[in-house]
Amino acid sequence: MLELIFFSLLNGIVTGLLLFMLASGLTLIFSMMGVLNFAHASFYMLGAYFAYTISIYLGFWVGLIVAPILVGLMGAVVERYGLRYVHRWGHVAELIFTFGLAFLIEEVVQFIWGKDTKAYHEPEILQFPLFTFFGQNFPAYKAFMLLISIGIFIMLLLILTRSRVGLIIQAAIHKPNMTAMLGHNVPLVFMGVFGVGCALAGLAGVIAGPALGTFPGMAFVLGSIVFVIVVVGGLGSLTGAFVASLLIGLLQTFAIALDYSVNDLLQIFNISFDADSAFRDLWTLSLPQIAPILPYLLLILILIFRPTGLFGNRET
Amino acid sequence: MKLRSTILISAAVAALTAFTAQAADTIKIAFIDPLSGPFAATGTSGYKQAQFAADMLINKKGGVIDGQMFEIVGFDNKISPKESLVQLKRAIGEGIHYIMQGNSSGVANALTDAVKKHNDRNPEDLVLFMNYSAVDPALTNEKCNFWHFRFDANANIKMNALTDVIAADDSIKKVYIIGQDYSFGKAVAAGAVKYLGEKRPDIEIVGNELHPIGKVKDFTPYATKIRASEADAIITGNWGADMVGLAKAIGDAGIDAPVYTYYAANDGITKTIGASGKDKIRLVHEGRVNPPPTDEYKAYHLAFKEKYPEADISQFRIANALVMLANAMNETKSTDPAKVAMALEGMEYTTIQGDKVVMRAEDHQLMQPISISVHTDENIVLDSDNSGYGLVTEKTISAADADIPPSGCNMERPAS
Amino acid sequence: MSEITKTASPVMARPLMKTLLPWIGFFILLLALPNIFSSNVGLYTMNLMGIFIIFALSYNMLLGQGGMLSFGHAVYFGLGGFMSVHFMNYIEDGDFTFPMYLIPIFGGLIGLVFGIIIGSFSTRRAGTVFAMISLGVGELMAASSLIFVAFFGGEEGVSGDRTTGPELAGINFGQDIHIYYLIAGWVFVTVALMYLFSRTPAGRMANAVRDNAERAEFVGYSQRKVRFVSFCASGFFAGIAGGLFALNFEIVTEENLNALTSGTVLLMAYIGGVGFFIGPIVGAVVFTLLQSILSNYTDIWQLYVGILFVLTVMYVPQGLTGIIMMHTAAWRMRQVGALVMPYLRIGIPALAMLTGIAAFLETIHHMRSSVEGDTAMSLMGIEFNSHSIVAWIVILALIVVGGYLTRSQLPQLRDAWETANKPPAQREGGGS
Repeated sequence: MLELIFFSLLNGIVTGLLLFMLASGLTLIFSMMGVLNFAHASFYMLGAYFAYTISIYLGFWVGLIVAPILVGLMGAVVERYGLRYVHRWGHVAELIFTFGLAFLIEEVVQFIWGKDTKAYHEPEILQFPLFTFFGQNFPAYKAFMLLISIGIFIMLLLILTRSRVGLIIQAAIHKPNMTAMLGHNVPLVFMGVFGVGCALAGLAGVIAGPALGTFPGMAFVLGSIVFVIVVVGGLGSLTGAFVASLLIGLLQTFAIALDYSVNDLLQIFNISFDADSAFRDLWTLSLPQIAPILPYLLLILILIFRPTGLFGNRET
Repeated sequence: MKLRSTILISAAVAALTAFTAQAADTIKIAFIDPLSGPFAATGTSGYKQAQFAADMLINKKGGVIDGQMFEIVGFDNKISPKESLVQLKRAIGEGIHYIMQGNSSGVANALTDAVKKHNDRNPEDLVLFMNYSAVDPALTNEKCNFWHFRFDANANIKMNALTDVIAADDSIKKVYIIGQDYSFGKAVAAGAVKYLGEKRPDIEIVGNELHPIGKVKDFTPYATKIRASEADAIITGNWGADMVGLAKAIGDAGIDAPVYTYYAANDGITKTIGASGKDKIRLVHEGRVNPPPTDEYKAYHLAFKEKYPEADISQFRIANALVMLANAMNETKSTDPAKVAMALEGMEYTTIQGDKVVMRAEDHQLMQPISISVHTDENIVLDSDNSGYGLVTEKTISAADADIPPSGCNMERPAS
Repeated sequence: MSEITKTASPVMARPLMKTLLPWIGFFILLLALPNIFSSNVGLYTMNLMGIFIIFALSYNMLLGQGGMLSFGHAVYFGLGGFMSVHFMNYIEDGDFTFPMYLIPIFGGLIGLVFGIIIGSFSTRRAGTVFAMISLGVGELMAASSLIFVAFFGGEEGVSGDRTTGPELAGINFGQDIHIYYLIAGWVFVTVALMYLFSRTPAGRMANAVRDNAERAEFVGYSQRKVRFVSFCASGFFAGIAGGLFALNFEIVTEENLNALTSGTVLLMAYIGGVGFFIGPIVGAVVFTLLQSILSNYTDIWQLYVGILFVLTVMYVPQGLTGIIMMHTAAWRMRQVGALVMPYLRIGIPALAMLTGIAAFLETIHHMRSSVEGDTAMSLMGIEFNSHSIVAWIVILALIVVGGYLTRSQLPQLRDAWETANKPPAQREGGGS
């Protein structure tokens, strides 16, 4: 049981931090422009694919640096020529635009790279078990993912709270007009943040590609989970995104690890049920089975009872 | 707007010309399988094998009846039952009377039902369904119907053979069963529990788990759980991307219990497993690869590898299905599905691997030898995924299916 | 989206005949269509179209008329389908007797019930909160559908048989043509009902709340209640569409209520034009055509749909219907004829350019996806070698020359447009 908890904890943190890399960019973009960027996870996918192509010719490490930069530039272009143009039609159009973009990026990825899963692997030097605990290996690559994500978190925190750029960004989030009056180029800040947010997503894709697979549906799989995190954590709150990411990451791994079902609960109270009734699924549900729906349940509950999110201070 | 209409008009013209040119002398067979999505690797590989088999074993030998050629037409069902019915309607609309499908018993259940309804309602426009890989036992038992023929051994037949091997291994005391959450995964789990209980009641089943099909991207939590259960052996029916992911997680976690599988080979799986699964992974399957059973088969396999260097013959039963269909057409001198289906019932055939197979008339289940093979890099003549690793057959059971008679199949045959 | 107000011109002022004329035309069209497109594929496409028309229109009750952007509308569609297919099975098992052709009512009812449940908390706010809740509910339902196997049937879904139960005039709906007329009947009734709904005070207030919720509250309407009513009605009609889906395909699976279907309905409504009542109808027709016909000829049809969608969102937010409606002014002034030549002059080079772009994409796709060494491809009936230089020169020439000529024709089109839209009095004096 101890090893199960230990490894679930580790895996949960790895997943959680990976999600945070996506969520941090999304929450900043969301709070700044009020746009829920549906295409955010698509940039994560682009990161993985770019890195895959680069890794064929130049190796994994070049991809790790270059792919996020490319994705960031693409993000900036999308903001400058897409989102800013669509802004004139209003918020709903912006939402629909990012939705359409997500759809289009998936099609373009299929067009360029094909529909199958790409053989994008972790670099050779990270293919060894880092340590063995109770006879179970912890792969070095997971530790590498952990390291990168923690590094990104610290860097973001420092930039946003300690640097001048960070102050301007924070100002632009809360009072864009006032910031512009003070002589700052707010559209440029928007573009920059959008680009950096996308680059972060791209970086997440680069390191997640080998572990979770590089295939056209990878954006779709993660996309809605990231929204859940952003809303649950609270808009614009980096701390909130961090806590929510870890929460969701741990929730998902522990839900699979712990085999408890409603039936067990009922048996504590000595209640039995009819095995053929129409509600039989409800009584036999086990935690691993309902793992996929937990994040969405959380999302709806949060939106109903605390629309500001766990750490947010304003409503959507 | 304009782009679309141009394409539509020109495409329509193109299709018309193509149609009139080909309609006369080909027999079209719709290959309805996932050609995109998480299971695309398995589906497209099967599509290539079907095209190759039709070419090499039928068309190059002069076609069927009086020189009519087989043409395999691919339809992408995205592994969805609903989309499969859409594609079935499309295929029927194009005048196709023979369909082939294999990936996912869920899809096969929907298709066999739809084919039956279609044939009941349109007796003048019949369709015959060749199932080359969906092995949910129900398809030839309670859900059997006259228009469905299965060319793979069903999950129970395979599990019966597989548990023979497990039962013989005294070091196995604890078994973990993991599978995909749909009819086939459930059938595998039920079969494993049943046969292990009969053969080795002392074996403890420490885990019996189903995960969503095609949706799990990281199997690490499952591997952690398997490791924590201290199982001595793992049984799984996973295939496609789900097998790749599971194998990778098991390898990464350093679990060295033997894994008994249905589909852990080819389409990228052998390559993923590589050295970490050597002598550990066993497969139950029809057809043999190493050592090559006949020279004819070896030549066929090598010719396939020459045309598709990246693919493997992972589902030899596809070739059997097509040749048996051709034989039935030749025998009846007809392409009428009703007559062909009658001829297929009870048909005997010797495959190019030298095996004698019979289509059991009561339930349309092909009776064939079943092999247990091991994943290794020793004595490999024909490897998989060009990885140097491949399957070496350890044991062949010639009448594994004889123990499993049809049960609950009440087939309605058309009055003729 | 002020265009809606245009369609909302007062009904009472018009003579009854003029009001009824489009509906009579619609009715005749529905009757006549299967005689024109009588092939299997044609019927299949039209059946799907009918289902999607109801579904897209019900979606537009939220987005276009109520200003609620939903990413989970497939929930009501899917639940309607599941409920209907279960009732089909009850009828088949003889549990109770009910005519099969009325089955979609059960779909509608469950859509309504879930609309009431979910609407009770999700319609409190519009905008992003509503969108997020709809997304959450959608994902929750899609994920649950794989867990609650007894109701949703798991991966395989639930199948039924539509030919049982009491027959209607000896027809058991076994053939696609029977189902066509059944769907056509439902389409006619539901489209009429949805149109009437948009004319009721509830429908009118939905527009008001969409445009300015605060002012609507001052008039004395609770914005939440107004949204709630639209939401429930929308769920009801989506459920009916789901029921028809169940009748047509005789299978309902998890896909019917997942995010992909929710996305599809948004796509249809938006491409068609959410600002007009008939917009979603146009969108559903166009999308179904693309889906069922274009997909026969090209593997990358979804790429074209994606491009079309993004271009629509960026440049024509009023949708395809919006483009047509732009001509009403010129039409009333009998000036549309003057636009034909300019359109032709720009249309031909533009067509060449688009052909070139499509050929470019297709050829690249062919080079990437075909077997090694297979260079022969056929496009629009022309056979050519995808690796030959000549082919590439032709394609590039089409794009460049077509693009250049299109650009050069833009000014004359703009002039002609302005002329055609000028009131007659001004036209005599000005105009070039």
